[in-house]
Amino acid sequence: MVNDMNENNRQEHKHFLSPFTFHIKADSFIPATEDERRQQILMRESTSFWKDGFRRLKRNKVAMTCIFVLSFLILAVLFVPIFWPYSYDDQLGVTRGQPVDASYNNLHPFEYGETELELIESGERVFPHIFGTDSLGRDYFIRVVFGARVSLSVGLFASILVLIIGTIYGSVSGYVGGKLDLVMMRIVDMIYALPDMLVIILLSVVLNRVFEDRLAGTVFAALGANMISIFIVFALLYWVGMARLIRGQILSLKEQDFVLAAKSIGASHARIIRKHLLPNCISVIIISTALQIPSAIFTESFLSFLGLGVSAPMPSLGSLANSALAGVYSYTYRLVIPAIIICLIVLSLNLLGDGLRDAFDPKLKA
Amino acid sequence: MSDYIDHEYMVEVNNLKKYFDIPLGFFRTAKLKAVDDVSFFIRKGETLGLVGESGCGKTTVGRTLLQLYHPTGGQILFNGKELHTKEEIQAFRMKAAMVFQDPYSSLNPRMTVGDIIGEPLDVHHLYKTPEERQARIRELMELVGLSSEHATRYAHEFSGGQRQRIGIGRALAVNPELIVCDEPVSALDVSIQAQIINMFEDLQKKLGLTYLFIAHDILIVRHISDRIAVMYLGKIVETAESEEICDRPLHPYTQSLMSAVPSRDPETSRKSQRIILEGDVPSPLHVPSGCPFRTRCPKAFARCTEEVPLLREVAPNHFASCHLLEPKQE
Amino acid sequence: MSLLEVNSLKTSFLVRTGEVKAVDGVSFTLEKGKVLGIVGESGSGKSVTAYSILQILSHPGKIIGGSIKLNDEELVGANPSFIQKIRGNKVSIIFQDPMTCLNPVFTIGNQLMEAILLHTSRNKKEARERALEMIRLVGINDPEKRLKQYPHELSGGMRQRIMIAMALACEPDVLIADEPTTALDVTIQAQILELMKKLQKELGMAIIMVTHDLGVIVQMCDEVIVMYAGRICEKGTVDEIFYEPKHEYTKGLIRSIPYGSKKESRLIPISGSPVDVLNLPKGCAFAPRCDKAMKICLEQKCELVSLNQTHSSSCWLNIADLIDKGQIAPDESIVPEDKEGGTANV
Ligand SMILES: Nc1ncnc2c1ncn2[C@@H]1O[C@H](COP(=O)(O)OP(=O)(O)OP(=O)(O)O)[C@@H](O)[C@H]1O
Ligand SMILES: Nc1ncnc2c1ncn2[C@@H]1O[C@H](COP(=O)(O)OP(=O)(O)OP(=O)(O)O)[C@@H](O)[C@H]1O
Ligand SMILES: [Mg+2]
Ligand SMILES: [Mg+2]
Repeated sequence: MVNDMNENNRQEHKHFLSPFTFHIKADSFIPATEDERRQQILMRESTSFWKDGFRRLKRNKVAMTCIFVLSFLILAVLFVPIFWPYSYDDQLGVTRGQPVDASYNNLHPFEYGETELELIESGERVFPHIFGTDSLGRDYFIRVVFGARVSLSVGLFASILVLIIGTIYGSVSGYVGGKLDLVMMRIVDMIYALPDMLVIILLSVVLNRVFEDRLAGTVFAALGANMISIFIVFALLYWVGMARLIRGQILSLKEQDFVLAAKSIGASHARIIRKHLLPNCISVIIISTALQIPSAIFTESFLSFLGLGVSAPMPSLGSLANSALAGVYSYTYRLVIPAIIICLIVLSLNLLGDGLRDAFDPKLKA
Repeated sequence: MSDYIDHEYMVEVNNLKKYFDIPLGFFRTAKLKAVDDVSFFIRKGETLGLVGESGCGKTTVGRTLLQLYHPTGGQILFNGKELHTKEEIQAFRMKAAMVFQDPYSSLNPRMTVGDIIGEPLDVHHLYKTPEERQARIRELMELVGLSSEHATRYAHEFSGGQRQRIGIGRALAVNPELIVCDEPVSALDVSIQAQIINMFEDLQKKLGLTYLFIAHDILIVRHISDRIAVMYLGKIVETAESEEICDRPLHPYTQSLMSAVPSRDPETSRKSQRIILEGDVPSPLHVPSGCPFRTRCPKAFARCTEEVPLLREVAPNHFASCHLLEPKQE
Repeated sequence: MSLLEVNSLKTSFLVRTGEVKAVDGVSFTLEKGKVLGIVGESGSGKSVTAYSILQILSHPGKIIGGSIKLNDEELVGANPSFIQKIRGNKVSIIFQDPMTCLNPVFTIGNQLMEAILLHTSRNKKEARERALEMIRLVGINDPEKRLKQYPHELSGGMRQRIMIAMALACEPDVLIADEPTTALDVTIQAQILELMKKLQKELGMAIIMVTHDLGVIVQMCDEVIVMYAGRICEKGTVDEIFYEPKHEYTKGLIRSIPYGSKKESRLIPISGSPVDVLNLPKGCAFAPRCDKAMKICLEQKCELVSLNQTHSSSCWLNIADLIDKGQIAPDESIVPEDKEGGTANV
């Protein structure tokens, strides 16, 4: 095969088929000990599912950036209101017993109202209005922070609601199977078939009416009728996707041999669900919840923008954008700022969800 | 053990039937006769090999035997007793265990090896202190040739052969008397198969186990079994001592099955005469009338279409179901 | 000139955790009308070797060295359209799982005729004739009816026959069969093997038979390559491999097959576990499992050493043997040829 070897090849046939060199040391050809052989077998470093997943997540730059952005936003939303001297419903130009000081309305960023200017002249330091104030003289920065707080918590709680309902419904349907599964899935199909935005808008309007008077005086009053109707809408409509997903997972998992093995051991149904089925769904649950949050936030902002969301004076990013529409030519930034924050939250949650999927979906495991 | 009357047979199966309902669309179902009128027995400490082509019902026999499927008809006696109540079945689960074919899907990927092997202990509350559980898990891991240091690792970190050892360790945890091995080596490489087969043999000697060994590789079944039962389309067509059935098969199906196995020896391979069967195995949804093998049988004649042959003793300890093998009448 | 010459073929998969050297320096030749078997355990690189010839490697796979010559024409680095012309025409392949290779939404006839139209200058009517002829050739009755059926309406054995018909439709010079019978039952396997053997004799093509079943090798092949961890351990005729194996892995493989029954013998397995392809040892990949491993086995990989015209093996024990017999004198044996390595000649 190697032609150039033929010249040197004086004997009958060549032993070596390709260029090859070895150095014969005296002890090269003595048997190796058991230990020496065993040293060659390296078992890879032990990794668990979670360790492995997080290691992959850490290497994903996009996902890590998203985590950074999100934690920054969450920290800001949690802690900024504590030390911020203004509050979201404080009309700065309004002092009890005095006429409204219109100079506080519609301030541009880093401008001050008349009384504040006097204070500054007298040498005191006044906390600046970073984003200016709105048409009622409220500090816009703190309103944006509160808006983000509202949007984030709506997203989070709505998703948890979806998670709980979807997981329970889906795992019951998948595990029991048969006729029950058939009926439960037709119900899901029916809910799927409803045009969701239309239902949401109708429901919000109706529920709003219903709740308006009844809420007064209860703990829910603070949330407002709109907020509650948003949650109800989510609870009614958005769990179906999650339920389908979980059912599919459970259906394929319960055919796996390890579930049969557990049965052959004598494990109870509860044990099989708890120890064998749910732990194998957990990655799917986490990923789809992470992807559910931005869709909830988006819906909430959309509804608030239409005036169906949280009730004033509580801001949400959507309602901020809505009220900014009135003066959009002179105060464009009031629309741009909440819009950017919504985009930031939704985008980073979506990208993080994708990152989680890459990291934890065992199908892509190398 | 003392509460059992000493029976010769650990397992006795009489006329076992298992039909599955196959949905054909709107509320119509068809009966799939996965196992149809099967009878066999397994003596204490013996290995019964069960061979046959894909879909002939081997797995279904094994699973029905372990009460994982509810039989459509027939009787399963374990140590001479039938099992009826939930408690009896739960007690039976401590006497019989299963080893699965697929070393990948039969181990929960979210559990550590220690937890997998320890699960039967947890389910049946077989320990008093966590230390006792650990000690037992360590003992089982050494028994199946795994290093007990690896108890905290996950199954996906092991090779196929090692995973199969984990599965065997789990089966042994309850100190069973009977183990149903459903193709435990077919997913493994030849060089690893031999390790696992040897381990099965060693464990049998050490612990006095009884095996139902399901496989489709006849060379392996012949090596490990004392007796072999050959299945075709949900029925047992022949059973005999393993030497006997491999060297002197009587049923036409067994004959062609034995000759279809490619020899691993070039000389014998060149000399051997193969009986190549025509056609494919019929679907179990449409089992032919009469003898199920008649559509492919080179020796089929009129009577085969009409009458189902019964399994009968055609030579000492050699049972077969074929009209040709019946003693001539009159 | 041989029909197919593969020389120091190297194919790697670059995955996140490192480089998987799936094929690491494989050389062999295939003569016209011969059947070459490739055996080895799972992951030893059998399929990748076969796929490299047709360059149908899945994603991160890449041929990183060596040459593949078909009728003296180089395939490595050749124009993709040239390779495309070779595929299915001069070299065809059949896979283990026929269902994944047949398109479920087209009839058998559609798919067969498309393969014929693509590679030959026949018109539609002639292609249909040829398709019928092929179906008859692979022993399926009722060819007219079969043309109109969909893949799922056929049994596994029948599908594999259709795959064979498709692969042979253009009368290839080389047929690559990647575990063609692994998914089938023994009785069906016997049918398919018989069919392949018959067609091989009739059409005079060469076959590369990839399998892990030594029984299939014995029944089908003239020559055998035994692979381990992407390298060739041993190469030789069937009789040489089975009666005078010269590599410890081959010996172990043959020893571990059950021959008789329980009472007669205990099996002799190969100890240890298969190699981790991402963690290959420095020396011979089999050394950690080899009872006769020597110091040098753990340090350096052995190259293929030819023992006679047809038989060669890459085991240090053979070299130790040659030194013992005085056929290689330790001082003379090393003839440095260039910087990379020297050639030892005898
Ligand atoms: N749970 C089930 N529901 C419906 N049909 C089933 C079920 N389990 C098995 N069957 C059918 O019963 C028949 C026998 O199946 P079984 O799995 O027992 O075969 P087997 O001999 O184990 O085959 P293999 O060698 O492929 O494992 C097959 O036709 C199969 O399709
Ligand atoms: N797409 C891929 N990505 C990464 N690695 C791969 C890929 N395909 C194959 N490999 C690696 O290449 C090596 C050889 O694989 P190959 O499929 O040739 O094995 P084989 O000998 O055919 O085994 P089997 O008997 O299981 O078919 C394996 O170690 C495998 O991990
Ligand atoms: Mg089975
Ligand atoms: Mg392969």
